[in-house]
Amino acid sequence: MRKYFKPGVFILSTIPFLLIFYKIYFNKLGPEPVKEITHFTGEWTLIFICLTLSMTPLKRLTNLNIWISFRRMLGLFVFFYASLHLLTYVGIDYRFNLQPIIDDVLKKKFIFIGFAAWVLLLPLAITSSQMMMKLLKNNWKKLHRLIYVIAIFGALHYIWLSKTIFFRPLVYLVIILVLLALRIKIKNRNVNYG
Amino acid sequence: MKKIKYSEITPEKIYKNRRSFIKSLGYGASSLAVATIPFASQTQADDRNELTSYKDITTYNNYYEFGTSKSDPYVNSQNFKTSPWTISIEGEVEKPIKISMEEITEAFVSEERIYRLRCVEGWSMVIPWMGFSLSKLLSKVNPTSKAKYVEFESVYDPEQMKGQRYPVLNWPYKEGLRIDEAMHPLTTVVTGLYGKKLPNQNGAPLRIFIPWKYGFKSAKAIVKIKFVEKMPTSSWMWASPREYGFYSNVNPNVDHPRWSQATERIIGKDIWVPRVKTLMFNGYGDEVANLYTGMDLKKYF
Repeated sequence: MRKYFKPGVFILSTIPFLLIFYKIYFNKLGPEPVKEITHFTGEWTLIFICLTLSMTPLKRLTNLNIWISFRRMLGLFVFFYASLHLLTYVGIDYRFNLQPIIDDVLKKKFIFIGFAAWVLLLPLAITSSQMMMKLLKNNWKKLHRLIYVIAIFGALHYIWLSKTIFFRPLVYLVIILVLLALRIKIKNRNVNYG
Repeated sequence: MKKIKYSEITPEKIYKNRRSFIKSLGYGASSLAVATIPFASQTQADDRNELTSYKDITTYNNYYEFGTSKSDPYVNSQNFKTSPWTISIEGEVEKPIKISMEEITEAFVSEERIYRLRCVEGWSMVIPWMGFSLSKLLSKVNPTSKAKYVEFESVYDPEQMKGQRYPVLNWPYKEGLRIDEAMHPLTTVVTGLYGKKLPNQNGAPLRIFIPWKYGFKSAKAIVKIKFVEKMPTSSWMWASPREYGFYSNVNPNVDHPRWSQATERIIGKDIWVPRVKTLMFNGYGDEVANLYTGMDLKKYF
């Protein structure tokens, strides 16, 4: 039974991708399709960040190790959806026309921090394999704590691009802060889950 | 004079083809188009000049009185009552008046006016409005020498307008123009679109449209027009003065604090159609640039 869990989570995680692919293919994105794709992939990146950060607290809460076995895969889906999000902006919206993109990254703080978050995801994606984990030993754990910074950057990215923080940007910020706060508690109890 | 409505004789498809036929002649040959639609380059000309579909114009709206999402106004405005409707023209005028919608449609002939709409959010449409110059309506009153600006006030009716039950903006919605902007022939009183009665979600029964300014300047469902001495504070200035200025002229060189205004997406185009360059004054510079001679448009954004 347990052996079906991981493939199950994998299949579930591809649903948003299949959905947006379907919508693009059948032209179901409404009058401003590029904006729709950008928002959709961006929001799912945030959702996967929250899911990834939930695994360790869930393990503690339920005393089940199974949660940890999903963590890496969910983290890679963060990278996957973040890359789709970036690709939509760079490729579809701006047609790889670098000048306006560079201007945006340098001048608009929400784009700067979103781009920074994606750059920080790169080393995590590259070092996600079992081999890299062994190679980096203790540094691996330290490196992968970058996800905390990335999560905050992601929340700020959403807040800064929005007219006001109410309500969705605030919801993601609160969820992320709660998930991070749960870790501080874990640490105080001297249990080193990372 | 009896006005013939295009909708009575022509379905939308032929109506649109008619436009493309006129377009093929060049806009100069068109007696129906009041103002030509300017374009930057030939390659972009087609996308820029093609009329946005009636469906997109009437289902993709920013009208926070009916909700903040783009589809809300269409959904929430269908039962909005637009009759009876009276507009009060007052303030720094010799004799204030109240004029009903019936009197307005009697007194002023609406003509087709095809204008580009550029939203501050970075998208644009091409809309065949029905309307007439605001200057005609304003000439009904004699402004005093104190009158320097014109303030527009939209209706306040939280019973009918769901969005007004929340303090999203400083209700009622207010906008303003300098008096010379208000008197400019391009500044239009809108009573319809696509040859039909103006739909509720587009600002029925009466709104204004200022083609060289970002869309939010064009107040909807107007009940009061007031001549004033001091520059009015619009609802958006009140909400975020750093982001929304009084003038809000379309200007590719002045960024919104959160995003660039250099380019725009054309509504209704699929993902393979690229952004187009935003034009100074939305392309109406020949007509309106002289209103701003000597002004620093970065400062007065």
